[in-house]
Amino acid sequence: MHLYNLTLQPPTAVTQAIVGNFSGVRAQEIIVSRGTRLELLKPDPNTGKVSTILTHDVFGTIRSLVAFRLTGGTKDYAIVGSDSGRLVILEYDPKANAFVKLHQETYGKSGVRRIVPGQYLAVDPKGRSVMIAAMEKAKLVYILNRDAAANLTISSPLEAHKNHAIIHHIVGVDVGFENPLFAALEVDYSESDQDPTGAAFEKAEKMLTYYELDLGLNHVVRKWSEPTDKRASMLLQVPGGQTSSEGKHDGPSGVLICCEGYIIWRHMDTEQHRIPIPRRRHPLDERSREVIIVAAVMHKMKGAFFFLLQSEDGDLFKVTIDHEDEDVKALKIKYFDTVPVASSLCILKSGFLFVASEFGNHYLYQFQKLGDDDDEIEYSSASYPENGMANPLPQAYFRPRALENLVLADELNSLDPIVDAKVTNLLNTDTPQIFAVCGRGARSSFRMLRHGLDVEETVSSELPGIPNAVWTVKLKAEDQYDAYIVLSFINGTLVLSIGETIEEVSDTGFLSSSPTIAVQQIGEDSLLQVYPHGIRHVLADRRVNEWRCPQHTTIVAATTNTRQVVIALSSAQLVYFELDLEGQLNEYQDRKALGSGVLAMSIAEVPEGRQRTPYLAVGCEDQTVRIISLDPDTTLENISLQALTAPPSSICIAEIMDASIDKNQLTMFVNIGLQNGVLLRTVLDPVNGQLTDTRTRFLGSRPVRLIRVNVHGSPSILALSSRSWLNYTYQNLLHFTPLIFDPLEYAWSFSAELCPDGLIGISGNVLRIFQVPNLGQKLKQDVIPLSYTPRKMLQHPTERLFYVIESDHRVLSPEAVDTKLQKLKGTGQRVDQEVIDLPPEIFGRPRADAGAWASCIQVIDPVNVRSVLEITLDNNEAAFSLAVTTFTSRPGELFLVIGTAQDVIVAPRSCKSGFLRTYKISENGTGLEFLHKTELDDVPLALLAFQGRLVGGVGKALRMFDIGKKRLLRKCENKSFATAIVTLTTQGSRIIVGDMAESIYYATYKPPENRLLVFADDSQPRWITASTMVDYDTVCAGDRFGNVFVNRLAAKVSEQVDEDPTGAGILHEKGLFMGAPHKTDMLCHYYVGDIVTSMHKVSLVAGGRDIVLYTGLHGSIGVLIPFVSKEDVDFIRTLEQHMRTEAPSLVGRDHLAYRGYYVPVKAVVDGDLCELFSLLPTQKQQSIAAELDRTYSEVLKKLEQMRVTTTGF
Amino acid sequence: MSSELRYTANTQLEHLHARYTGTGHADITKYDWVTHQHRDTYASIVGHAPLLSYLALADGEATGRVKFEMTEKMLQPCGPPPKKEED
Repeated sequence: MHLYNLTLQPPTAVTQAIVGNFSGVRAQEIIVSRGTRLELLKPDPNTGKVSTILTHDVFGTIRSLVAFRLTGGTKDYAIVGSDSGRLVILEYDPKANAFVKLHQETYGKSGVRRIVPGQYLAVDPKGRSVMIAAMEKAKLVYILNRDAAANLTISSPLEAHKNHAIIHHIVGVDVGFENPLFAALEVDYSESDQDPTGAAFEKAEKMLTYYELDLGLNHVVRKWSEPTDKRASMLLQVPGGQTSSEGKHDGPSGVLICCEGYIIWRHMDTEQHRIPIPRRRHPLDERSREVIIVAAVMHKMKGAFFFLLQSEDGDLFKVTIDHEDEDVKALKIKYFDTVPVASSLCILKSGFLFVASEFGNHYLYQFQKLGDDDDEIEYSSASYPENGMANPLPQAYFRPRALENLVLADELNSLDPIVDAKVTNLLNTDTPQIFAVCGRGARSSFRMLRHGLDVEETVSSELPGIPNAVWTVKLKAEDQYDAYIVLSFINGTLVLSIGETIEEVSDTGFLSSSPTIAVQQIGEDSLLQVYPHGIRHVLADRRVNEWRCPQHTTIVAATTNTRQVVIALSSAQLVYFELDLEGQLNEYQDRKALGSGVLAMSIAEVPEGRQRTPYLAVGCEDQTVRIISLDPDTTLENISLQALTAPPSSICIAEIMDASIDKNQLTMFVNIGLQNGVLLRTVLDPVNGQLTDTRTRFLGSRPVRLIRVNVHGSPSILALSSRSWLNYTYQNLLHFTPLIFDPLEYAWSFSAELCPDGLIGISGNVLRIFQVPNLGQKLKQDVIPLSYTPRKMLQHPTERLFYVIESDHRVLSPEAVDTKLQKLKGTGQRVDQEVIDLPPEIFGRPRADAGAWASCIQVIDPVNVRSVLEITLDNNEAAFSLAVTTFTSRPGELFLVIGTAQDVIVAPRSCKSGFLRTYKISENGTGLEFLHKTELDDVPLALLAFQGRLVGGVGKALRMFDIGKKRLLRKCENKSFATAIVTLTTQGSRIIVGDMAESIYYATYKPPENRLLVFADDSQPRWITASTMVDYDTVCAGDRFGNVFVNRLAAKVSEQVDEDPTGAGILHEKGLFMGAPHKTDMLCHYYVGDIVTSMHKVSLVAGGRDIVLYTGLHGSIGVLIPFVSKEDVDFIRTLEQHMRTEAPSLVGRDHLAYRGYYVPVKAVVDGDLCELFSLLPTQKQQSIAAELDRTYSEVLKKLEQMRVTTTGF
Repeated sequence: MSSELRYTANTQLEHLHARYTGTGHADITKYDWVTHQHRDTYASIVGHAPLLSYLALADGEATGRVKFEMTEKMLQPCGPPPKKEED
């Protein structure tokens, strides 16, 4: 078996974000790392919307990212620390819209290793050097400079290693133009490793160490090292150094040390200042420990600076330092606002705060004020003895409240984390939908994902009749917005004017008593209407020049642009008009007889600076498309001909950017829609007019109608069939995606003040104006909020319903909240109800220490986008697994069994008691009737309906249950599993068991003897997270480290096991390597780079092949496509090999090593790498294609075919 | 092996061990080996963002907290070393 891996949706989580002037202009951009991808985001300061400019798969793990700027420079560079053992400096090239690798310095082995740098990066604020550090020991310093030609240079590395030191954080200290200084937070373990009494461990000190880079000596020295708080976790740079002009200090320099519960300001040889991190004054909070800071940002303004620190609850604190030059007078902290917990915070100069959430959607907030004059309590180190350094420091509190200083500007959808998903077709459309449960805590959601672009409707109004076409038209060529909407009915034409309101007008010069075929703004300032009996040319002064058809003929088709008009008569003749320099429409002297009736025609827009477009495409009844010249020398001569499989219904020539074909100019595409719903896309050679590179696609059941429109300022094609599709350019590549909208009969571009970039369409008798807001997001999401972190989901076997189990650790359950409130009220304390009522989506639910759980079961109706039922669990129980099952002893009834456990400790896994809660499903799935609860000895992590019974993985045991009156009855058991059973799948009497740490087991049930027997297992240990059966003998699974693999059982063994009626043979077979008697073979192996949380064998397109779809924790969705032929495998593999050398990773990771991170890649081709072929320079494309004995368009076609025929994406 | 050779081989090995922390050798104690394993594991978890998220999600903690606790644990992941036998 050979597989082709494709990413349908790249990870949406942001692990790190940096801000800077990466394109070198004034505007600031954000670069985010999505784990394995770099993305450049551009927030628009006027609209407050964030748009994606560039995404780039780096084929490596990005671990750290910093922005830096050379002294006196205006452009920021990005330095990337990854698992490649190399330091990479990237520059963004706005012209080519690409990241350019400036330097790649190798310093160590590849991989995420303890002592190989890459985890931490720190830059000198003056841009003179960078430090890259590992988790332990290794720190390297590079000096950055510029050469005579102002190019960035990098030195060889200087070592600042310290053996036996665990590094918590590093940061560059701002010392102005003195020697660059780096601060590191380190712990030395050498003594505690030697001391059996444990006293050294207790005494181990966390050291704040300064490393100075002596630029004169080219050497790094440990300048200063002092013990600091034991629970310090993070360092922050404090501005310092003198501004050269006035000799004034920007700040006191030094660092802020974020500890558990405190913030300390510290610098060499000065007194420290300490302030407490205020705690929430929440009546229900019962955590025993202090909070830590998880994200922070420093912002410098003219002559001032402040910090925003975020605690692990999401509360933002503003920290300021009162200083006189280098003397700190006070360190102050106050509550600022609460936003979702971030992995990175970025402040933009334009007054925005970008919050890259660690889970869930990302946000852009706008600063309303900086919390300067509010009545929030400010805690200052000056008000404590010894500047707050005296122990104990009194506890500080604040009262959480709704946003006051920030206001939400934009939200970026993120699926991260996808905990579980199902793929099924509930909406009865052409393609299945993906249903995913995402998110964490109260920000969790159930999302329905549909392939297609989201459409925003602005106007929808009913019309008196059913129009068959719609156009919009400007009055003058230089107008920005459209003036009229023209609607053609079966017996007339209606003209509406676009103003503050849309109303009918009659004095436009258009003929209203006849239907219309085409409308065009032509020349400088005139309009054109083509109707069945002639053409009306309406001049600016409302004079009308009319051209009438010859007798007994009518116009059947027309195509126009701003200078040319071509019409086809019912007598199968073509008439060509062109605008002369006086603005008169002149008919070409000859008419062209075609010999076959014309069905559709198209000409392109007039290219800029030209008189005319030289080609006309005509589709005829004889199932051909002819390209006809409009050149003055060869007017109306045939150039080429393409035969079709069905009569054409519509043709559209458009010049669109597609970098895979031509990097520099637009490509002329001829799109041909057929009456059978198929679309042909061909490229028109601009030199000889030949049609090449034909690709076909099935759009829907209705004849295709094609319309040239403008979307986001660039030409696109709208293809209408039973579904509407958009063919558009995104990041220089051509995409073809359905619109999630009602089917349209006709559509046109629409541009007005309120909707400058819209489309207008008709469906039935409704006129609709809409726009496509985001071209980057190919999956439309419908979101239903959930209460707690989802754990698993399951579909009702027949109804359109999902059962979702949710459980949150370290959170008080509603039951516990009630008891506590009663208790508080009982003691007569005043309870701050306002704080309790704060929305949990932002502030989280009341937190508790480990061992407290809140959990529920929810019934979700995705079709009507609502939650039907929610059952909250009591007794500190948490749900971990579920199954919908029938029992042979209770025919006709359906049960939902939930595996729960009480007082669970996550690590090491333990619980007071496990339970199986049995509910009877009633009311067509919407009702759950509690029957009974069965006690177990461990946490049931997996449940499965099996042959009229229930199979459950209870800790290390696989048990089979039947239903009883008071409880579930244990029927048989197998306890031979290594760690804990986490996944169960079945076919026939075979059960595939996924173990938490010991890979996949093949078990079988033998009814005569009532035995559950394990007959095969894997020879490798694997930490299974998801699995699915590909066929009876083959299983595809994902593990916790981001691998996917396929295991297969030998056919002989499979047969032998099935033929053994009692299982006695298996029972007495000798185990192999201390395991089952048989081992599976690994067929495929691949490193995805994201933890696979669910796997499904599905077909994504109607009549398409079965593929494996997987979802990743960080929000990625990918597919594994089986190859059908050996030739394909050879071809794509060779292409992949070429791509490995021609498109090296941006972070310098060797592709083969990356995809074989834990186990060498086996029989899987990286489709994402292959698809980068379209972005290679043409020369490289051609040389690779030549090596493969193809043309480069054939290679592109093959790649597109791999993607489209199996996934439809 | 001549004594001189053994001497040079040992210094080389010592040099390598000093340089590549975590490298095992023939006489490694169980405690040292396990401690290295744990430290490597924690470093790997912190370095792989999805794994960090995975643990944070399961435990209901912020990823920042998980990262901090993992790094803290690297100091002494497997308890104090066993008492040395008198020799």
